[in-house]
Amino acid sequence: MSARVLVVEDEESILLSLEFLLGNAGYTVVTARDGNAALKALTPLPPDLVLLDVMLPLIDGFELCKLIRANPALRDTRIMLVTARGREAEIARGLALGADAYMTKPFSTRDLMEKVRRLLDDGAAQKNAG
Amino acid sequence: MLTGALIVVLSFAYVGLLFAIAYYGDKRADAGRSIIANPYIYTLSLAVYCTSWTFYGSVGRAATSGIGFLPIYLGPTLMAALWWYVLLKMIRISKAHRITSIADFIASRYGKSHLLGGLVTIIAVLGIVPYIALQLKAISASFSTMLQYPNVTTASTAALPVLQDNTFYIAMLLAAFTILFGTRHLDATERHEGLVAAIAFESVVKLVAFIAVGIFVTWGMFDGFADVFSKAAAAPELNALLVQGGAAGNYTTWASLTVLSMLAIILLPRQFHVAVVENVNERHLNKAIWLFPLYLFAINIFVLPIALGGLMYFPAGTVDADTFVLTLPMAEQKTWLALLAFVGGLSAATGMVIVETIALSTMVCNDLVMPILLRWKFLRLTERPDLSGLLLGIRRSAIVVVLVLGYGYFYLAGEAYALVSIGLISFTAVAQFAPAMIGGLFWKGGTRLGALCGLSAGFLVWLYSLLLPSFAKSGWLPITFLTEGIMGFDLLKPQQLFGLDGLDDISHCLFWSMIANVGCYVGFSLWRRPTANEHSQANLFVDVFRHVAPGSGSRFWRGSATVADLQTLLSRFVGPERANESFAAYTRSQGITGIEQVTANAVLVHYVESQIAGAIGSASARDMVASVVVEEPLALDEVMAIIDEASQALAYSRQLEQKSLELEAATNELRGANQRLQELDRLKDDFISTVTHELRTPLTSIRAFSEILGDNPNLDLEQRTKFLGIITRESERLTRLINQVLDLAKIESGAADWHPSEIDMREVLDDAVTALSQIFKEKRIALELQAPAQIPLVMADRDRVTQVVLNLLSNAANFCDKPDSRVTVALVTEASGLRVDIADNGIGISPSDQAVIFEKFRQVSDAAAGKPRGSGLGLAISREIIHHFGGRLWVESTPGRGSKFSFSLPVRSGHFSSIAA
Repeated sequence: MSARVLVVEDEESILLSLEFLLGNAGYTVVTARDGNAALKALTPLPPDLVLLDVMLPLIDGFELCKLIRANPALRDTRIMLVTARGREAEIARGLALGADAYMTKPFSTRDLMEKVRRLLDDGAAQKNAG
Repeated sequence: MLTGALIVVLSFAYVGLLFAIAYYGDKRADAGRSIIANPYIYTLSLAVYCTSWTFYGSVGRAATSGIGFLPIYLGPTLMAALWWYVLLKMIRISKAHRITSIADFIASRYGKSHLLGGLVTIIAVLGIVPYIALQLKAISASFSTMLQYPNVTTASTAALPVLQDNTFYIAMLLAAFTILFGTRHLDATERHEGLVAAIAFESVVKLVAFIAVGIFVTWGMFDGFADVFSKAAAAPELNALLVQGGAAGNYTTWASLTVLSMLAIILLPRQFHVAVVENVNERHLNKAIWLFPLYLFAINIFVLPIALGGLMYFPAGTVDADTFVLTLPMAEQKTWLALLAFVGGLSAATGMVIVETIALSTMVCNDLVMPILLRWKFLRLTERPDLSGLLLGIRRSAIVVVLVLGYGYFYLAGEAYALVSIGLISFTAVAQFAPAMIGGLFWKGGTRLGALCGLSAGFLVWLYSLLLPSFAKSGWLPITFLTEGIMGFDLLKPQQLFGLDGLDDISHCLFWSMIANVGCYVGFSLWRRPTANEHSQANLFVDVFRHVAPGSGSRFWRGSATVADLQTLLSRFVGPERANESFAAYTRSQGITGIEQVTANAVLVHYVESQIAGAIGSASARDMVASVVVEEPLALDEVMAIIDEASQALAYSRQLEQKSLELEAATNELRGANQRLQELDRLKDDFISTVTHELRTPLTSIRAFSEILGDNPNLDLEQRTKFLGIITRESERLTRLINQVLDLAKIESGAADWHPSEIDMREVLDDAVTALSQIFKEKRIALELQAPAQIPLVMADRDRVTQVVLNLLSNAANFCDKPDSRVTVALVTEASGLRVDIADNGIGISPSDQAVIFEKFRQVSDAAAGKPRGSGLGLAISREIIHHFGGRLWVESTPGRGSKFSFSLPVRSGHFSSIAA
């Protein structure tokens, strides 16, 4: 069974590119364009990975990060922040809030896919080990 | 049956007892063992406040207005709490300056002014006369009532011919008592220990008598408080008395009566006399502050039971409620209780009359008559060796005159009013002293001119709106004076001045007189600089707690005199014997053995002046001393120099304080500047961060799709075309953004190129509408342009203004989602220029967003609007452009109904667009 990836992104063209890249690599892609939609997409079937834009309408990426980490049902879900605000303070804040990795926009598609693959492999290994 | 003779004998016996007490008190004082030097006697002497107004009048008032009698006692109770600030200061000042009356006090405060002392005296005499009439009326009424014993009828006090009227004889007898009590000898301090002892005794008698009657009514005639009140509550005509807001008067009346009585307790001449002049020790105030209110409480407990008892006992209207205290025991045939009540009422009335007339006679003598006599050179008063006999003669005459005036008022106007109403006329008169008195205690800026004008203005208003109407109501002035005003001027109706209606007489008079009084006092005080003399007195009074040493007033005096001259001068006013005593006391206080060692320095001159001031008032004393010393007048700058010197330490500490304040201010300024810098820095960071975000977003798409296209050469044509389209669109977006950022930066830094020319706004709008018509057509939005045929030209940069219109139009198009969307562009000619309105019927902008959309990168991110479109710089740039040409850009919007963006540009007159053929 292929891994499920939730992409949360409000910029239509970026969402489209991510959807293409992940679908092309064989993952099951779910999309959300704002914080509320993302919360709905997290249940009932938890994704294995969330690609999270930081500046989102309604609920921002940091807040979502916190909510995901506070939910025990989502403990196996990996989070990768994809941010256009590359300041270190923000990256540190995201990691502190429970994100597993981050990517700065604009990103190299190969680097991005490499990171996605690694996160999902780690996650699968942990799940199996657990 | 009580005969008139028995009552007269009893009255005389009582007064005789008072004399005995007074005599004993004086003897003990002379022997140096004062019987009044304790706070309890002091408090009881303050209770001279409770006159026959309290003894008889409160019950009368309660019978018509329930608890409406209370404010007269609430006021003093409130004031007692402030005594520590006000009364203590008055006592301290009066002791330091040998002040003997309120007229002397005010005159002395404002530079020892004869005129002011005389004015205060006249106001006090005229103001107090109704109050004395009240006492005469009460004694006369109680005497007549007792004569009917055991029949209870309301004796008529209607004016009889003077010589058949017992009130006249009562007035004359009181004058005789007062002369005997108060003017047996002359004393520089004007203190009468025996008198105070007698007054304190009277306060006990009236309290005991009143409480005895109260107990008799409450438990003898009824079954205790509960019984009285429940029976009264059951009677419908009495029930109203027990409800606040019913008969008790409205809040205005309560407030003004409370204020009046607060002032009366310190400003009535007799209260000033017992509280300030007769005060033995400042510390007695500590206990009096709570004991005096307690006395007031005790004497008021039974007011309502007696009033209600009387109303229930006697058939309505047969007995005057002012006499209930007397008539209830009479009706029950309690002879001794009735006599006790009579004596109690007599105590209340005589106590007031004696102290009040003594206080007034001192004022009349010191502040009115002596200054005039001393000025009449042909009397050669200044050459008479001993003036003490003359002084006593003046005071005795003044006592008689005051009582005759009181009788006169009783004769003319006494019938028209209840006891309490008469008293309030007097309260309002003495309230006029308040601005000059209290202002003088706490405000150095108050001047003699201000006090004179304030007092005169307030007094005239009182005379016109309260005293004269009381004569009119008694028929001595035409009643049209009240109903039509003077000479038919409606606005001058004395009890509805300037149309002020709906207040009771007292509140009305208090309101206008205080406005006039305070207004003139403050206004005229500020108008002219005080003289040197006023300035020094102001300092001595207001800062009395700092000038601790008595005689410190001598600091402001410079001159030379001989000891012999000063001694002769003093003996002329107080008699040789007392003059010698005074000098002996002075030498003792200076720590020297014999009078020959005394030097005539400033301290001695001040001492003599203050001794004489006790006898003839501060203003005259100053003149007298000036006649034997060669005084070098101090100029204002010298007085200032002395004050400066005295407060040098203070000044240094102030300077230090000032410096530290300045330092603190500078620190705060620096901190503020730092904060502003940080804020600017934060704004700059935010801007850069926002710009970065806005640049990275399209770049992300461009790079992602470029790599996708490069890595996936086998994509189908449709996908390739779509991805390439995205790359192109995002590149355009990037370019636009960069241009706008640069554009805004240039405009903001002033480096932008402007090409102003006279432009025709119609052409600009036509061009813009044409340029965007395709986009509007695609979005199915109706676009309409409305413009008049001929419009004035405006001076602006054509391309920039076009940029603004395009920006506003594309914003409008972006926010129109409905099927029947419509955008209207209207050109309007205004007086000051042209206005362009671009209105849509789209989603609108919430009020909070309207405030910020013109800021950089502040986009409306409403959920319904989805992702905001555009760079977030368009409106900021547009506003800068319009401002540059002297115009304005603003928005009006209702969420859900649409927005209207408008801008205006000024027009240069005379230039019009050519009419298109």
